[in-house]
Amino acid sequence: MPTLHMVNKSPFERNALQSCLAHALDGDGVLLFEDGVYGAIKGSSVSGDVEGKGGVKIYVLGADLGARGIESGRLIEGITVVDYPGFVDLVTSHDRSQSWL
Amino acid sequence: MKLSILVNEGPYTHQAADSAYQFTKAALEKGNEIFRVFFYNDGVNNGTRLTVPPQDDRNIQKNWSELAEQYKLDLVVCIAAAQRRGILDEGEAKRHGKGEGAANIAPGFRISGLGQLIEAGIEADRLVVFGD
Repeated sequence: MPTLHMVNKSPFERNALQSCLAHALDGDGVLLFEDGVYGAIKGSSVSGDVEGKGGVKIYVLGADLGARGIESGRLIEGITVVDYPGFVDLVTSHDRSQSWL
Repeated sequence: MKLSILVNEGPYTHQAADSAYQFTKAALEKGNEIFRVFFYNDGVNNGTRLTVPPQDDRNIQKNWSELAEQYKLDLVVCIAAAQRRGILDEGEAKRHGKGEGAANIAPGFRISGLGQLIEAGIEADRLVVFGD
């Protein structure tokens, strides 16, 4: 029963990403979008938390990366970049979505 | 798949109204059904026809109205949240004595109660929430 967790706030502004990662179960997915995409950058003070969730697949919305000038070379290894149709696929392929507002 | 969307943030605030619109559009273009888009809290501000953004900026209200027309979407604004924020249809404007022409609900939107959100959650396969 995998859940898609949606995080739209920067981990440097709120602790939504950290809360989400603490609750996410193996097989779940986490989508970082809007300011949440800052959580996908490698070498930050929170990137260790993201890298440590081996059983959870992390996705990031490409349009929101581009809007913030973040190039794919700066992303944590193993994170998948998706577009809006890919976002829709994530919602439909998981049993439910949980927005961490 | 049948999806419902909940929008809790107003336009031009952070990005939630834009994300909700882009997601809804992408879902429709992929052949999914949108059972309803429900606007709650500051999200009701997506549904006023009185917004006049700069011409070189996106017009979020117009985007919703056009998408609603194209796909026959059900865009529902929460009545209690709308009344607090001055979003009125003809009936509400008259009921509260706001005078002729006070109705400002945008084309394609309608005002209704929170039960419509509950129904949207029950009837759809997924409820996707956008907000602050």
